[in-house]
Amino acid sequence: MDRFSWTTGLLELGETLVVQQRGVRLSDGEEKVKFDSGVLLLSTHRLIWRDQKNHECCIAVPLSQIVFIEEQSSGIGKSAKIVVHLHPASSNKEPGPFQSSKYSYIKLSFKEHGQIEFYRRLSEEMTQRRWESMPTGQAMQVNKDTQAGRIRAVGIVGIERKLEEKRKETDKNISEAFEDLSKLMEKAKEMVELSKSIANKIKEKQGDITEDETIRFKSYLLSMGIANPVTRETYGSGTQYHMQLAKQLAGILQTPLEERGGIMSLTEVYCLVNRARGLELLSPEDLVNACKMLESLKLPIRLRIFDSGVMVIELQSHNEEEMVASALETVSEKGSLTADEFAKLVGMSVLLAKERLLLAEKMGHLCRDDSVEGLRFYPNLFLTQS
Amino acid sequence: QAKYKERGTVLAEDQLAQMSKQLDMFKTNLEEFASKHKQEIRKNPEFRVQFQDMCATIGVDPLASGKGFWSEMLGVGDFYYELGVQIVEVCLALKHRNGGLITLEELHQQVLKGRGKFAQDVSQDDLLRAIKKLKVLGNGFGIIPVGGTYLIQSVPAELNMDHTVVLQLAEKKGFVTVSEIKSSLKWETERAKQVLEHLLKEGMAWLDEQAPEEPQYWLPALFTELYSQEITPEEAKEAIP
Repeated sequence: MDRFSWTTGLLELGETLVVQQRGVRLSDGEEKVKFDSGVLLLSTHRLIWRDQKNHECCIAVPLSQIVFIEEQSSGIGKSAKIVVHLHPASSNKEPGPFQSSKYSYIKLSFKEHGQIEFYRRLSEEMTQRRWESMPTGQAMQVNKDTQAGRIRAVGIVGIERKLEEKRKETDKNISEAFEDLSKLMEKAKEMVELSKSIANKIKEKQGDITEDETIRFKSYLLSMGIANPVTRETYGSGTQYHMQLAKQLAGILQTPLEERGGIMSLTEVYCLVNRARGLELLSPEDLVNACKMLESLKLPIRLRIFDSGVMVIELQSHNEEEMVASALETVSEKGSLTADEFAKLVGMSVLLAKERLLLAEKMGHLCRDDSVEGLRFYPNLFLTQS
Repeated sequence: QAKYKERGTVLAEDQLAQMSKQLDMFKTNLEEFASKHKQEIRKNPEFRVQFQDMCATIGVDPLASGKGFWSEMLGVGDFYYELGVQIVEVCLALKHRNGGLITLEELHQQVLKGRGKFAQDVSQDDLLRAIKKLKVLGNGFGIIPVGGTYLIQSVPAELNMDHTVVLQLAEKKGFVTVSEIKSSLKWETERAKQVLEHLLKEGMAWLDEQAPEEPQYWLPALFTELYSQEITPEEAKEAIP
C-alpha cells in the first residue's frame, strides 16, 4: 500500500475513465487497512480509490506500477478479489497514506460484485498500456517548457484554484448553516421551557383548565414536536389534527380493508397511506394517535392490539373470532398447518395468519407443536374428543 | 378562594397567549432558516445528525408528527417517513431468507439500490432513526447491537438477553456452536440449546449438521455472500400489500 499517493480524484487532461465500481475494500497484502468501503475507478492511467463516506479521502496508483494481476473467486463469507502485484514505489512518488509496506501486492475486495468486469477492463488496460501514448497534463509540466506545455499547466492550475475556492465556499456555507442552526435551537429551547411552565400550571389546576385550553396547548406541542409534559406521552395525546386524520383514514381504508379480508396490520396501513400520499407523509406516531381515536369517534374501522403487541386495523363488521372458526376448518382439512402454510392457502400476510392461529389457540380450538422445524398448529382434539 | 382560582385561570391563559405569539415568531425564524439551508438537510447526512442531536438535547422530536413545523418547513419528516416505508419493504422481501434479522449494512445497500442512482444519499444513521420511529407501529422492529454494528429485527419474535448475546457471539464468524457458547458464556448445554432452537424455529438460524466437529448454527443475516444479492420479483411482490 505504500505505492499509493493522495489525490484529488480528478482526472487529468488526456486521462479517461474506463470503469468504476462501488463497494470495494483495499487490503495491504494480507492485512486489512482502514480503506474499507470505497469506489474504485480505473482510468487509462491510474487506479483510483475514493472513500464512500468521506469523499476527501482519495488515493491513486499509476497503472505503470502494476507488474501483473490475478483473480481470486468468491467463497462462503468472502467476496471475489483481484490481487495486484506492484513494482516498488519510485523515489519521487507523491506522498500517500503509507510510508512503507512489507507486501509487494494489494488486494481489491469486491463486496458489491463487479469483480469480473473490472478484471476484464484492467487486463485490457494492462495490455494496451495507453498511458504510454497519452501523456497527461502533469507529465507535460515535468517535461520541457514547450509553449503548449506551459498553457496546459496553467489550465490545470486554474482548475485547481477554482476547486479550492469552491471547497472554501462550501465550508463557509456549512459553518453558516451550523451557526444559524445553533441560533434556531436556542429559540426552540425557549419554547420547550415555556411549555414546561404551562404544563406545571395545568397540573396545579387539575381540572380548572378548560378543554379548549388543553386542545390549544396540545396543538402547540404538536407543532414544536415537544412531548406532552403532562401525560408524558408523545402519542396517545390526540389533537384536532389527529381527529381529522382518523376520519380521513376511515374513508381511505374502507376498500383496501375489504380487499384484504377486513384486516390489515398497522405497518401495512402506514406503507399504503404514505405511498398514496407521496408528499406530506404521516409519521408513525401520527398514524397511531389517529387510530387510537377511531373507536371514540364511532368510525367504521377500529384499532386492535393483539397480545403479541401486533397492531391491526379492522372493519367494524369484521369479527376475528368468527374467522377463527373458519381457520379451524381449514386446519382440520389439512390435518395441521404452520403460519406460513396457512397464509399461503388463505392469501393473508404471514404476520396476520400467525395472529389468527394464535387467537384460535387461545380460544382453545387449536393446539401447537413447537419444534425446531417450526410452529405447527393442530385441531385441539383434547377438547373435541373426550 | 374563588378569587385565587380565577387568578390561576388568568395566568394560564396569559401564558398560552404568550406561547402562541412565540410560536408564530419561531415559525418565522424556521422559515428563514429553511429558505437558506433546506438543501443542507436534504443533501448532507452529517448535517442531519447534528440537527437531530441538537433537537434531542433540547427535548424536541422533529419527527414526532408530519404536522410539526420541522416536518412541514424543513421537509425532514417526508425524508424519514418515506425511508421508513422503504425499510419495511426491504425487510418484508428478505424475511423468508433471513427470518426477519438483517445487518444494518445489508439493509443500507438494499435500500440504496431501491432508491436508485439519482435519489438523495441516505446514511446508516438515517436508517436507525427511521427504524426507531417505525417501532411505534407494533411490528416488532428492533435494533440489536452486535460487534460494532447492528442487527435489525423486523418481526415480532421475542428476542431476550440470552438470544441477543448469542447473536453477538455469532457475529464474528457468521455461525456459532454449542461448545463456543459454553466456553465463551459459561452456560450449561441446555441453556445454549434452548437459545439456538428458538433461533432455528424463528428461521433466523440454519443448522449445518455436516460440519466437521459439531453442528454449526449459521445466521443468514450475517452471510456476506448474500450482500447485495438482488431482490427477486417474487420477493418484491411479497413486500407490497
